Amino acid sequence: MSELSRRLTESADERLARLAAEAAEGPTISTAEYSKRSRRSFLTGAVAAAAGIAGFRAIQNRPLDGRTPDVLRKGYEWNEFVWETLGSQSKLAPTYALADATSIRVNGRLGLPDNYDLSTYELTVKGINDEVLETFDLEGMRTLINSFPQVDVVMEHKCIEGWSAKPRWGGAVFADFASRYADDVPSTYGYVAMETSDARYYVGVDRATMLNRQSLLATKLGAEDLSLAHGAPLRLATPHKYGIKSIKQIATIRFTNERPDDYWAERGYTYWAGF
Amino acid sequence: MKDRTSSVSPTMTSPSVPVMAADESATSHAEPHSVASFKHTRASRWMHWINFPLLTIMVWSGLRIYRADVQDPFGVGIAGWHWFNLFPEWINESLGLRRKLAKGMAFHFTFGWFFTLNGIAYAIYLARSGEWRHIVPDRRDLADVAAVVLHDLKLRKATPPQGRYNAAQKVAYSGVLFLGFTVVISGLAILSPTQLSPLTRLLGGYEFARTIHFSSTIGFLLFFVTHLLQVTRAGWSNFASMVTGYELKKDVK
Repeated sequence: MSELSRRLTESADERLARLAAEAAEGPTISTAEYSKRSRRSFLTGAVAAAAGIAGFRAIQNRPLDGRTPDVLRKGYEWNEFVWETLGSQSKLAPTYALADATSIRVNGRLGLPDNYDLSTYELTVKGINDEVLETFDLEGMRTLINSFPQVDVVMEHKCIEGWSAKPRWGGAVFADFASRYADDVPSTYGYVAMETSDARYYVGVDRATMLNRQSLLATKLGAEDLSLAHGAPLRLATPHKYGIKSIKQIATIRFTNERPDDYWAERGYTYWAGF
Repeated sequence: MKDRTSSVSPTMTSPSVPVMAADESATSHAEPHSVASFKHTRASRWMHWINFPLLTIMVWSGLRIYRADVQDPFGVGIAGWHWFNLFPEWINESLGLRRKLAKGMAFHFTFGWFFTLNGIAYAIYLARSGEWRHIVPDRRDLADVAAVVLHDLKLRKATPPQGRYNAAQKVAYSGVLFLGFTVVISGLAILSPTQLSPLTRLLGGYEFARTIHFSSTIGFLLFFVTHLLQVTRAGWSNFASMVTGYELKKDVK
């Protein structure tokens, strides 16, 4: 760019001449013409401002879709489209050394009753037509999870509220668990629906994210078994979604083609909630 | 009526010559008279005013997101001794920002795209139209910034030489453009830290990208306050030029 090189090499006097020319750039008009322009421009400005304010109000008065104005729901879906097209579900999120693990807050208690009796725990696995494929009691579930290759990994957990932590999770890869049902569930299913024992917290996650090797059915936090507050005896741990999707105390796992209900998506949040 | 400003294309190589309107009869008078001289192109004016509500929505919705986490990362303190929060509860309360995270996100992630598009359009426009020459400071401008500030504070009489904008304006306008860049880049690093993990890593990780994002916002707010103050000081004719494109000059000889 010659203008750039001119600037770098010009003398002080040349600079003064350039600045003077820059200041004088452009036409000069009569006051009569200025008045005409002024009227027109301020009128245009007023119309544009009114349109902007009306538009902003109109957005907030749109019909709600999951407690969010439908046009903003479209905005969420646009983001989802962009990142899904770029293939973020199949990428691997960064992992960290075990020594870099941090503790993690207990943030969500939805679906976790105070006096939950672990011995009453039951895991139900359902197929595409809502049919029960298998049920497990606490010991059965633990035996099942332990039958898969065990993962011990530190990944970033990001809360939709803004904080993040690097917990160390232990458990099985969900994809390994899912392959157990390969004969019963067509590989084209769209989502996995998961619920707590009392069904008061529930999430839906797309198949691609669930089959990412970093999406875990976790039984351990740090080197310990999960505490009740962190989702004992079984929870989802995935670095590919905000923490709202990493449901605690999973009691139902259902493969489905329909997009499942999702607790927070019904309350104004993004359904996808991915990275 | 055709907009004159769009026909003015500053040449990049030869020194620009002031283009006078052909039908300017008033200039032949010898007595003091008022004229209006060109200041802002139509494209700059539109993008400036489109940016204003977009940035307002981004800051408003962004504060809602920021507020969702109970701890204020910009609280100032040393070794666990907490002095004050940058965005204390009463500010959020008085702005009506009471923990409406979902609403904040819905607006932020939708309007962020419009904010980014407007910014990209402006950057391309600046580069292609040659308007960047008025905004990008040269090295002597950088040295003159302090002198301009002292002059504005009435601590110094002489004004350093200036083109369309003075040295401090150039630095401020370039700076706020740079903030636009950092806020979008860090925003993307937070929005999609897996897909864009190299970018997130480049910005020092997820948490540091958040710090950059919020710091940029604080930079915008500081710019905004200064900008309002200076526009108020400069007076109506200067303000109106951002709407009309021309600045009225009284009693020119």
